[in-house]
Amino acid sequence: MRYNLKYSPYGEKAILIEWPAFIDEYILENILKFKFELENYYIKQKVDIINTYNSLLIIYDVTIDKLNDEVFIFKKLYLENSEAEKVKSKIWEIPVCYDDEFSTDLDAFLIKKKLSKTELIELHSNAIYTIYFLGFLPGFLYLGGLDSMLYLDRKITPNLNVKKGAVGIGGKQTGIYPKDSPGGWHIIGNSPVDFFNSNNNPPSVFKVGDKVKFSPISPSQYTAIKVKSDYKLNYFKSND
Amino acid sequence: MIKVMKSGFYSSIQDAGRFGYRHYGVPVSGSMDSYSSQFANLIIGNNSEASVMEMTMTGPTLKFSKPTVISISGADICPHLNMMLINMNSPITISANDVLSFGRLNSGFRAYLAIKNGFKTETILGSQSMYCGLTKAHRISVNDTLDYKAFDKISLSHNSNVKYDASVINDTIIEVYKGPEFDKVTDELKEMVFDSNFEISKLNSRMAYQLNPLIKNTLKPILTGPVLPGTVQLTPSGQLIILMRDCQTTGGYPRIFQLTDQSLNKMSQKRTRDKIKISLKDF
Repeated sequence: MRYNLKYSPYGEKAILIEWPAFIDEYILENILKFKFELENYYIKQKVDIINTYNSLLIIYDVTIDKLNDEVFIFKKLYLENSEAEKVKSKIWEIPVCYDDEFSTDLDAFLIKKKLSKTELIELHSNAIYTIYFLGFLPGFLYLGGLDSMLYLDRKITPNLNVKKGAVGIGGKQTGIYPKDSPGGWHIIGNSPVDFFNSNNNPPSVFKVGDKVKFSPISPSQYTAIKVKSDYKLNYFKSND
Repeated sequence: MIKVMKSGFYSSIQDAGRFGYRHYGVPVSGSMDSYSSQFANLIIGNNSEASVMEMTMTGPTLKFSKPTVISISGADICPHLNMMLINMNSPITISANDVLSFGRLNSGFRAYLAIKNGFKTETILGSQSMYCGLTKAHRISVNDTLDYKAFDKISLSHNSNVKYDASVINDTIIEVYKGPEFDKVTDELKEMVFDSNFEISKLNSRMAYQLNPLIKNTLKPILTGPVLPGTVQLTPSGQLIILMRDCQTTGGYPRIFQLTDQSLNKMSQKRTRDKIKISLKDF
C-alpha cells in the first residue's frame, strides 16, 4: 500500500512528510517502514527522525542545502521501500490500580458515561492499544485503540498537578503520565512502574508500533511493585 | 570550582541541546539564543557546542577557585569582576578567588557566560542542558558548586576579526517561514498578523512565548503532529504561541509559521511587554 505523501520544508533544518490525517494502523505501519528506510539512508549523518500519527519529521543539525534533491531521494526511497520487513512488535503488560485512592476523576467519569466501575475496568483493560508515538512529556505514550464507550472530551479546566503514573482518558485517547505534570485528562487509575529513566539508554523500553495491555492490580500489589526498584515489565511477542 | 553566591533570576547550564532523543518525547533544550552562546564560546576559542551558563534578566554572583578564561555575550547585564566593570564579548582572565557579578540589565534578556573548555556538569542523554525532570536541577541555586578545568596559559590572543552582531538583541522584526498549516489561514487573517504589532505576554519562558493581542480565527485543531523550537501555533482562543527550546516534541494546535533560526535567537532576547512584528520570508 502506498499513500499520496506531502513533502514540505519545516524551517531551515527540517523536512516534513505527511500522510492522510487519520489514526490508522496501516498508516502507522507505512510510516514506520519509511522511517526505517530513512534511518538506513542517513546512517552516517546526524539526523533526528520522529513520527506522529500521520507525519515523519526529518531534522538535520545543519541547514538544508538543496531541498529538492533531498525530496527527490525521499520519493525514490518511498517507492522502493515496500519490500521492507514488518518490524516485530511486543505486547507490554502494564499494571494499573483503579482503586479510589488513585482514580481521582473516576466517579465523575462513571456518571457522565453511565457505566459501573467494573464495566469501565473491563473496557479499559481488555483492549490492546498500539503505541503510535511518544511525545508531550519524556516517555509519554500516544496510544490508539480506546473503546468508543470510553471516549470523553478533556476536562475544561486542566488539573495543575496530575501525579506520576496517573492513567487518564482524554477525548479518544488514553495514556499514562510519566511524571508529575499539569494535565486535562480524566484520571481513572495509576501505574506503579517507571515509564522513563534518563539514566538508562534508551531511557524508555517502549517502541513505536509496540502494543500495550493494562492489567488491573490491587492496592497491595501496587505497593509491592512500587517498592521494587528493579521491577521489569512483562511482555509477549506479537504474532502478527 | 565555582561557588554560586547568588543565583540570579534564572540561570542554567546549556549547550547545543539534546539531539537524538526527540522520539522519546525529550525536548531538545540548549541555549535559547544560540548565536550569543556560540559567540561567547568563539571568543575564548572553545568548541561552539561547549556548555555555557545562560543568565536571564539578572546575573548571578560567582566565585572562582582556579584560574581560567571567560567571556560574556548576549544581553548587556553589566558584568563586574571584583567590583570593576568588564567588557562583554572579550576574553577575561580569571585568577583564583575572583568574584564575577552583574549589574543592571541594559539591553536584551539572556546573557551567556562561556568558560575555557566548558563547565564540567552532568551529561544526561548526551547533553549538559538542564531540563526539569531530566537533570538533577533545572536551574542554578545559591551555594551550588560548578566544576571546570583550570586554565592558566596567558598566550590567548584576542581574535579582533569577529564582531558581535547586536541585531540579535535590537531587531524587532521576527522573520518566519510558512508553517505546515499556513495554507489553512485566510488571506484576511494573514494580513492582520503581518500588520499587527505584537507584545510579549508575561507568559514567556524557555518553553514558549505567548503574544498579545489575540487573533480571532476559526482554524481547526490538527491531529497531533511534530513541532520544533520556533514553531508558531495559533490556538482556537486566538493565542499566538511561539515554541522555544524547551518545548514539547508534538502538538495539536495549527502550526502557521516557523521562525528562522536567527529570529528564534532574537525572540530569546525579548521580555514581557517588548514589541515585535512578524514578517514572512520565502524559502
